[in-house]
Amino acid sequence: MTSPIPVLDIVGVSKRFGSNLANDDISLSLAKGEILALLGENGAGKTTLMSILFGHYVQDKGQVLIDGVALPPGKPRAAIRAGIGMVHQHFSLAANLTVLENVTTGTESLWSVASRRSEAREKLLAISRRFGLTVDPDARLGDLSVGEQQRVEILKALYNDARILVLDEPTAVLTQVEAETLFATLKDMAAQGLSLIFISHKLDEVMAAADRIVVLRGGRHVAERRAKDTSKAELAELMVGRTVTRPVREASTPGEIVLEAAAVSVRAQGVDVLKAVDFRLRAGEVLGIIGVSGNGQGALAQLLSGTLARTSGDLILFGTPVEDRLSVADVVASGIGRIPEDRNREGAIGEMAIWENAILERVADYSRRGLVDRKAGKAFASRIIDQFDVRGGTPTSRTRLLSGGNMQKLILGRNLINRPRILLAAQPARGLDEGAVAAVHERILEARRAGTAVLLISEDLDEVMALADRIQAIVGGRLSPPITAEEASAQKLGLMMAGEWQAEQTHAV
Amino acid sequence: MSAVLDILASAGLWAAVLRIATPLILGTLGALLCERSGVLNLGIEGIMTFGAMIGWLSVYNGADLWTGFLIAALAGGLFGALHALLTVTLGLSQHVSGLGVTLFASSFSYYVFRLAVPVAGSPPTIVPFKPIAIPGLSDLPFIGPAFFVQTPPTYLAILLALLLAYVVFRTPLGLAIRMTGENPHAAEAQGINPMAVRYGAVIAGSALMGMAGAFLTLSAFNSFFPTMVQGRGWICIALVVFSSWRPGRALVGALLFAFFDGFQLRLQTTLGGAVPYQLFLMIPYILSIAALAVMARRARVPQALMQPYRRGER
Repeated sequence: MTSPIPVLDIVGVSKRFGSNLANDDISLSLAKGEILALLGENGAGKTTLMSILFGHYVQDKGQVLIDGVALPPGKPRAAIRAGIGMVHQHFSLAANLTVLENVTTGTESLWSVASRRSEAREKLLAISRRFGLTVDPDARLGDLSVGEQQRVEILKALYNDARILVLDEPTAVLTQVEAETLFATLKDMAAQGLSLIFISHKLDEVMAAADRIVVLRGGRHVAERRAKDTSKAELAELMVGRTVTRPVREASTPGEIVLEAAAVSVRAQGVDVLKAVDFRLRAGEVLGIIGVSGNGQGALAQLLSGTLARTSGDLILFGTPVEDRLSVADVVASGIGRIPEDRNREGAIGEMAIWENAILERVADYSRRGLVDRKAGKAFASRIIDQFDVRGGTPTSRTRLLSGGNMQKLILGRNLINRPRILLAAQPARGLDEGAVAAVHERILEARRAGTAVLLISEDLDEVMALADRIQAIVGGRLSPPITAEEASAQKLGLMMAGEWQAEQTHAV
Repeated sequence: MSAVLDILASAGLWAAVLRIATPLILGTLGALLCERSGVLNLGIEGIMTFGAMIGWLSVYNGADLWTGFLIAALAGGLFGALHALLTVTLGLSQHVSGLGVTLFASSFSYYVFRLAVPVAGSPPTIVPFKPIAIPGLSDLPFIGPAFFVQTPPTYLAILLALLLAYVVFRTPLGLAIRMTGENPHAAEAQGINPMAVRYGAVIAGSALMGMAGAFLTLSAFNSFFPTMVQGRGWICIALVVFSSWRPGRALVGALLFAFFDGFQLRLQTTLGGAVPYQLFLMIPYILSIAALAVMARRARVPQALMQPYRRGER
């Protein structure tokens, strides 16, 4: 802000893909030591703009200036040399190579007769000390956690002497705690004179971490705000282009108990993943299970989906005790809809057509004389597409082509269209942009109104507080006793997520 | 039992092991180099056949032995360039393209051979490489005649294995090749051209395959016949997996297989009367499958093996 020439100046950049104008005359600048957030929904053109900056794409018009000097378009090497470092959302790393190898690839002349490994190691360690990014240079990358891998990706950029660091949706793959650590690191980097751009569609983190926020919508630069002069509500409106309000649950009286767990424990691969959990799920209510990822949510979802058996305890489904374990076929037949946590891996098969994914759970219902009834299947998919507003595909197009939000609508539709009695929703809004989150929440509340019992597993406080009638925290495989939505506050839930409910309880008694 | 011990104690067996191993070492190194960059090269069987033919033909027409060897390497490189064009530039299936190269190169070898050499009662011959005794070392008892009286291409193969191990693990070029085989997008993000790396690796690897074939006609035997490669190329593909894509282990694997093979050949002559010889023929293959089953479970396959790279796609 003090230097007369900005470190980075993007001037009038446009890029067209076929009929789609991905970037329309975008200009922005970045000062030394500044953190700029590039905010926008999926498809707003954020990643395209950054790919142009990094030389992955060649712009149709406009130019990129580094310290006032134009960067040759379409040359990643030139971008690296000019001091631009990119931290991709899907890491550009090799699992079988070591951290040091990942960082040093391409940094020396390919024709030198020996790698300078000890010098490289020292440089890497010096950088990691300077920015507090601890990592073992000799560890195999595939053995690291996602958060550590991201650290390697950042170190790789810094190792190339990056002065401008671009992070593409850096928190998409991180847990809450990892994300907070990351933003502390980014602020430290900015304080040390680096300039940072991070791409995001999450309002909270943009407000918390950025100095300045540029909002993109439909490929255009629509607004620019200082973080201290704006609000989440204003940013949400700028980003979506209309006022978006997340729906809020209205009061209702729940019905009978449809699913009950009493002291259910699950042991998998020698680890107690669920420890004597109790919960009761009633028709027409949303039970929120809140907790930081990796505390047994996966096991809970698998238990109720029929892919994991319990080791002890009782499970009562629709008033009937479950004998041994639920089978997946029973789960589907008894009207339990499921929204899996990872929609790309467990929710839908990207290479298959939308109609195939729509009927996959109940192929038998769409078969005649041993053959798949394609016509009925496509008709079913069309109904989902209409009723659940799935955009960007026809029944016969490949599912992979759908955006995350639309794929989630397809999965929701597949489960909700036949009015399930129970809906198991694991992180239903993860990675979705603001508009899609509102749509997904609306559908879940609609199911609740129709009498479906919803078990919502989430690590998003706002989501749970907006949707759930009752909330239980999951910590280390244990479930807290439920509290009602009226009793819940962000602070109280935070304590529960840290495992502090035992103390609370004794006070109450 | 004593027959087995006699075989193991004969220097002849161990000398034969190195001789049998040489084409396997060269072929495995070639296939390994291709795969490290992310390209499976099933053209190996045909490229070895063509290398054997063209090397022999050059020498038969008056070239010296080393020139023949070099021509075989260049011819191998040309077939490598064809495979790279199909799989890297056009992004076709590496399986199909590789098998196509093998079929084409094998039949083309026979075609050229028949054009150049008219049908004769007994196949024409050349004078092959002579064993060279390494001064000093070859005088060692037992070990000397076993390991240090070999033809020059054998020594070359062992040196190349060590050289390739160094290049792959100790140089920036080797790191670039490995990164390309693991994640070409990451390589490109670091300013490396993955297409160029793959072309280079496939051409160089195929040149090694051509040399592997030439060893058969210029050192192991002295004439060419179209079926002489006899599945050695496929053994090399298996040895790459056995070696976990490491040149040093590829050397060990090739020697191990050659040991089984040399051993069974001698068993045939001693026990051949009592037991059908076909059983002995199976031994190296059965042991290879067993070794492969043990080793391959721990192997870390290059993550981008058989995945075509296209810029801008994920």
